Amino acid sequence: MAQKGIREFHAKKMLAKYLPEFTRAVNYDGKIALVDPTTNWETLLNDSENRWISDTKLVVKPDQLFGKRGKNNLLLLNADLQAAKAWIAERMQRSVTVGQTTGVLTHFMIEPFVPHKEEYYVAIRSNREFDTIYFSLSGGINVEENWHLVKQMNIAIDKEIGDYDLKELIPADTGASREAIISFVQGLFQLFQKLQFTYLEINPFTVVEGNKIVPLDTVARLDDTAEFECGEFWGSDLEFPSPFGRALTPEESYIAELDSKTGASLKLTVLRPEGRIWTMVAGGGASVIYADTVVDLGYKDELANYGEYSGDPSEELTHEYAKTVLDLMTRSQHTHGKVLLIGGGIANFTDVAKTFSGIIKAIKIYKDKIIENQIKIFVRRGGPNYKEGLDNMRKLGKELGISIEVFGPDTHMTGIVPMAIAALK
Amino acid sequence: MSSSKQKPEYVLFDENTQAIIYNYQTNAIQRMLDFDFIAKRKTPSVAAIVAPGQAGLHKAFFGTKEILVPIYNTLAEATSKHENADVMVNFASFRSSYETSKEALLSKTIRTVAIIAEGIPEKRSRELAKIAKDKNKWIIGPATVGGITAGCFKIGNTAGTIENITESKLYRKGHVGLVAKSGGMSNEIYNIINRNSDGVYEGIAIGGDRYPGSSLVDHLERMDKNPDIAMLACLGEVGGEEEYRIIDSMKAKRISKPLVIWVTGTCAKVFTSEVQFGHAGARADNSCETAEAKNQALKQAGAIVPNSFDDYGKAVKETFDRLVRNGVVTPAPEYEVPKVPIDYANALKSGHIRRSANFICSISDDRGDEVTYNKIPLSKVLEKNVGIGGVIGLLWFKKELPDYASKFIDLSLVVTADHGPCVAAAHNTAVTTRAGKDLISSLVSGLLTIGPRFGGALDGAAYWFSYAVDEGMSASEFVRYMKNKGENIPGIGHRIKSVQNPDVRVSIIKEYAKKHFKDNRVLDFALEVEKLTTSKRNTLILNVDGCIAVCFVDMLRSCGAFTKEEANRYIEMGALNAVFVLSRSIGLVGHHLDQKRLEQPLYRHPWDDVSFL
Repeated sequence: MAQKGIREFHAKKMLAKYLPEFTRAVNYDGKIALVDPTTNWETLLNDSENRWISDTKLVVKPDQLFGKRGKNNLLLLNADLQAAKAWIAERMQRSVTVGQTTGVLTHFMIEPFVPHKEEYYVAIRSNREFDTIYFSLSGGINVEENWHLVKQMNIAIDKEIGDYDLKELIPADTGASREAIISFVQGLFQLFQKLQFTYLEINPFTVVEGNKIVPLDTVARLDDTAEFECGEFWGSDLEFPSPFGRALTPEESYIAELDSKTGASLKLTVLRPEGRIWTMVAGGGASVIYADTVVDLGYKDELANYGEYSGDPSEELTHEYAKTVLDLMTRSQHTHGKVLLIGGGIANFTDVAKTFSGIIKAIKIYKDKIIENQIKIFVRRGGPNYKEGLDNMRKLGKELGISIEVFGPDTHMTGIVPMAIAALK
Repeated sequence: MSSSKQKPEYVLFDENTQAIIYNYQTNAIQRMLDFDFIAKRKTPSVAAIVAPGQAGLHKAFFGTKEILVPIYNTLAEATSKHENADVMVNFASFRSSYETSKEALLSKTIRTVAIIAEGIPEKRSRELAKIAKDKNKWIIGPATVGGITAGCFKIGNTAGTIENITESKLYRKGHVGLVAKSGGMSNEIYNIINRNSDGVYEGIAIGGDRYPGSSLVDHLERMDKNPDIAMLACLGEVGGEEEYRIIDSMKAKRISKPLVIWVTGTCAKVFTSEVQFGHAGARADNSCETAEAKNQALKQAGAIVPNSFDDYGKAVKETFDRLVRNGVVTPAPEYEVPKVPIDYANALKSGHIRRSANFICSISDDRGDEVTYNKIPLSKVLEKNVGIGGVIGLLWFKKELPDYASKFIDLSLVVTADHGPCVAAAHNTAVTTRAGKDLISSLVSGLLTIGPRFGGALDGAAYWFSYAVDEGMSASEFVRYMKNKGENIPGIGHRIKSVQNPDVRVSIIKEYAKKHFKDNRVLDFALEVEKLTTSKRNTLILNVDGCIAVCFVDMLRSCGAFTKEEANRYIEMGALNAVFVLSRSIGLVGHHLDQKRLEQPLYRHPWDDVSFL
């Protein structure tokens, strides 16, 4: 659906596999291992590709899409295997706070420790009309502080990297390594394009033996919509982890799985499981506006989830989606009850009656729990067959004895939000 | 020739604009044509369809009359034959949308490409955007529903149903130009604009992707040049820096008309970690990309920014009313909207009409998820493992037959499936095959020989033997009765087989019936008759047709599934001959394939086998 971060582990495996296609100026064979809570050390160490772990000095750090690991004391340098194991064991599945985000450590990467002097910075970012290459002689942890030293060059989308003179980007200060660095940056750019990265940063990289590049730290984002073009290059073990601090709950994973199997769109993020305002909104644009309105009215602490369904999902899909939301919101009761917003704009082609019939089925299943949890439902929707869909909702309320208030296009789209909030008190 | 060449640069669609639709999207096409009708267009807005492998003609309604829209295999063909169509609405999937959109952008005649697919790789969208820019063409999308110029032209499913278009008055031009990312929200805002002004002039949904082919500011600047648009409306979104380009444009006076704008995603700040909204591009990568920052900056630059989305309509109304007061705008006049006839299918669904059917079917139904045989889903039929006999029970007799009865039908089919190459049907089939004819012709040529003299004795045998039993005749009375009528008894007699040389097929059938049927009254009677006839000539045995026939009658009458009247009626209707026809078809197909396999030439009957008189 969008640009997604990938683990440094996978990014580096791709560098090791594909950089040699484009440049000979690298000395990197992808010695890297990933440790997660299920890792069996014996199996890992017995793998013939991993011999180096036992007889090399190691670097260990979390691999969960966040940076500044050195600054956050989450970096182990120049350690032997025993120390690395102990360090990981101490931190595995522990909660840490990085910046404002708190999350659980679940993935660590191990690499050989490379003693080095120079720390260079290179990054490539995709933009609308060009890709930008950033380069700095002063790489490493302080690159942001030294951003004025970073040079950049834009490569137009309809041009090749060969059309540009990289000497303008890579200064002569690099001395004897200049040719090697230029070749490396060229190769990196070609790899960036081939694998449809949207962001690729190597900070730092260093030069060994005078002309061989070694990437040390990597941050990468791929465009996951390119999967049908690049999936074979990415490899079958590639995953798009959820952002740090946002480990997917089983329910979120379930909706994400449904989403991946349909041309329609289904999204669910649980923000506060104990929240009392739940949303089930049709449309990528409308869903954001409903969440905005709850927040703008001062009820951000009660907003339980963000979610949307769109693109004319089948009755079965909306049924599964609604069941998931209803299940989540009926797990713990609140003395003053809860509200569910079944909202949406005026659909272009989504059949309102059809999608609602899936929701109605789910509400019937959860009837008793809805009553126990004192849930009031507010509906606002328009589009193909909306009259039938809204009528069915009204009838459902009467039939089940549940409070369901129903509105059509002549009520402002978010008009049900203040009504729902009033009902919470 | 092409009116499109005469329209000003800032007009994408006018009342003569025609589109080529890529992919066979019948609903979207009909919705475009229905819009044309209520907008009182003179020509349909759909010039042609491109659907590889489906070339031909598509029948659609243009108001009350039907029109034919040509379908081409390739875009090249469509553009060469419809040079005045300067829009392509591309419904190709995300996998193939890039190639087809690129082809359209590189064509001579297409000026605007609407890309509907969601999930096109960013790199491909960027490449398309670059081509469009170089060629001075427009892309709307990807991941959009499209756009509309009120009273002129509508892309695909934009603005939804005809009722909604009528309610939002999109059949005639108002004075407000709208650009939004979201297709769903653009439709919502058409409604808001209509309630708070004289309505929409043009609305474009650029799509929720990170790199849309044309941007909010591109369209706002274009609409700003259009003297018929008095004010602009826009809906931005958290993420990206697009709204700052709008501000730049306002400062440079490329946008000078009043602009009502709201940037959504103010909720993003309360999420402590990244949440991907429904739109791929909706994610703030830094603080200036937040909705608050953008709304604030827009307000400072002089845009009309409401306090929240709730006040969007109010802001439109205040702005529009001010323009009217100042004499900038004269509200658009109303007119009577032609009523689009309701589609038969929809009318039927909603219970507004009914119609008596010309056909009735009571044996099978393929309208549900699974075909049913006599109301039983096929998977259940298979579960019960009833064989061909059981299926015949369901489809011919509408009964679930007891197991032994189904097996009896199976048995009958097996024993009469073929009887060598020399019988009339097989011979005809072989001759026809050898004349070079196809399977169906050869099979039918064989089947056509089945009648009173060949194979067709089952019905007669069943009828006469059961008649005699029902009338309480004795075997000798029956033989006499038939003799007096001057008729042979159907089912009695064989060319070769005799009492001494019995037909093994008859023995098998007889034994099965004796062993399994609850009642063998008609068979027993026929065997009594056989005793009499064979005493006259030893080849006057109960033959295989006769035996199957009488056993079938016993089966029908005694298995409990039929009343006696029902059983008789099936015999009258020809159900028994059907067993033979079905069974022998197996053999006849075999003979056809055999002759083909052996590459037999045309058969010509020798002169010496014909006696010329």
